[in-house]
Amino acid sequence: MAAAILVVVALAGLLVGSVALSPVEVIKALADRLPFVTVEHGLSEVETRLLFELRMPRVVIGGLVGAVLAVAGAGYQGVFRNPLADPYLLGVAAGAGLGATAVIGLGAGSAAIPLVAFVGGIAAVGATYALSRTVGGRTTTTLILAGVAVAAFATAVQTFLLQRNYETLREVYSWILGRLVTVGWSEVWTLIPYALAAATVLVLMRRLLDVLGLGDEEAAGLGVDVMRVRRLVVLAATLATAAAVSVSGLIAFVGIIVPHTIRLLTGWSYRVIIPLSLVYGASFLILADLGARTLVAPAELPIGVVTAFLGAPFFLLVLRSMRGSS
Amino acid sequence: MISWRDVGVSFSGVSVVGPVSLTVGDGEWLGLIGPNGAGKSTLLKAAVGIVAHRGSVDLGGRERRAGADIAWMPQRPLLPDEMTVANYVLLGRTPHLGYMGSERSHDLESVGRAISRLDLIDLSDRPLSTLSGGEAQRAVLARALAQEAPVLLLDEPTSSLDIGHALEVLEILDELRRHEGLTVVTALHDLTLAGRFADRLVLLDNGQVAAEGSASEVLTEATLIPSYGAGIRVVTNGDGPTVIPTRRHSDRSTQPTD
Repeated sequence: MAAAILVVVALAGLLVGSVALSPVEVIKALADRLPFVTVEHGLSEVETRLLFELRMPRVVIGGLVGAVLAVAGAGYQGVFRNPLADPYLLGVAAGAGLGATAVIGLGAGSAAIPLVAFVGGIAAVGATYALSRTVGGRTTTTLILAGVAVAAFATAVQTFLLQRNYETLREVYSWILGRLVTVGWSEVWTLIPYALAAATVLVLMRRLLDVLGLGDEEAAGLGVDVMRVRRLVVLAATLATAAAVSVSGLIAFVGIIVPHTIRLLTGWSYRVIIPLSLVYGASFLILADLGARTLVAPAELPIGVVTAFLGAPFFLLVLRSMRGSS
Repeated sequence: MISWRDVGVSFSGVSVVGPVSLTVGDGEWLGLIGPNGAGKSTLLKAAVGIVAHRGSVDLGGRERRAGADIAWMPQRPLLPDEMTVANYVLLGRTPHLGYMGSERSHDLESVGRAISRLDLIDLSDRPLSTLSGGEAQRAVLARALAQEAPVLLLDEPTSSLDIGHALEVLEILDELRRHEGLTVVTALHDLTLAGRFADRLVLLDNGQVAAEGSASEVLTEATLIPSYGAGIRVVTNGDGPTVIPTRRHSDRSTQPTD
């Protein structure tokens, strides 16, 4: 069912926009692109270019970014045993953002963005975790507050860099709000290897994330090297986040909304949450992008605004339910 | 069988256990008793390999493999609220799977056996948070059994159970070690229960073995009072020694009456 939803949403993403395309013709044109298949379709050359060079990369990148942000969120929630852990709240996105801003500000090549963003993200999640441990305990609030502090620090340094490099302000600002507007196929190819590597690791580790839910001692008693698993998952999730952030900017709350909804619907096991986060994360972000494109048409909203608009109240609901159960 | 050889544990430079040497044979049940802080849990954790220790722990001369050789049930297990009983018991198969591996049919069969042995079939789809204390304890034991390890270390396995359920769980353990030759080591606060079920008792006090032997040898006032304090009376009948707590000022006739 999850796959069917993704197909419908992706198709809607291809059809809806300032120029309406006929669903039948779009399906024919898509079929025509399959290897060894030739199908006559009625799209004009302009419409074909619109479909394959503008809408399709945007849908694909939306799906990829949504999938990796959701699965990274699920991964962080598993290793930190904390349902509020999310790439955004742990400061990872801000750290990655700082790295990306530095690259844009210094005028280095955009190919370096994912790597530097990854370094920024790893530094941020490391700082958040270390800070929460030194402050005391592993409570949900300590971890999130540490994340807020790290994110604030990263944002402050980012603002400083922007002040110093005034000419790139507009470019970085539009990127901070999160956008899928300017993406083309080149960004898709940049993102795919990182997304694939990170998603593979997280999918393979999903059973061990359930084991970590028993606590460090019991997991070790079951023969699991807890630190090694934690390190691997954090590296994979941070790599995924950094790659997503480097092409789409800061898109918040996907990592909370998607895994948490799946958890509510299917129960606790990461065996289910991890793979479904990939599929529903993709659907969610394509849908959010549809909203961003159509809500104030002909203008566009930054997609980060749409996800934050939905995510902030959702975050409060999760927080309330946690308080209720504790 | 499992042997602790000169095992000692220190926390922040302070010795809390040992050196302790103990051997428990195949199919034997050793009961660890002793007051709070005597080192029972720490000795079990050292055997599992999750606290750093001096000395060594082996299985008949063979090095132990975490999880595959020793199943450990902690005193206060962390139960993920929303996880179902079946998924929870399935985690017991972890030591037999590679990091990236997944369960095969014989793993699922082991889980099925553990679930039916602990009478959890009707509860297997229920989230752990909806179980009563006794049901949850049985689920934890089922997870330990699913490990199919030759040695079972149980830290207070009856702590949240009423006497009926406590007896039920201990009878299951007794059956397992009799039929499957499992080596069982339990840390128990209930001295009478420990004496009824274990073949041999070891009294730990301040991290050292203070007494060792059969229930009738260890459960005596002379042995227990130095470790636990004076409020203990031991009565022996046909079932073995029964340890009764007494109050120091229990003479009710001295209380004021109106």
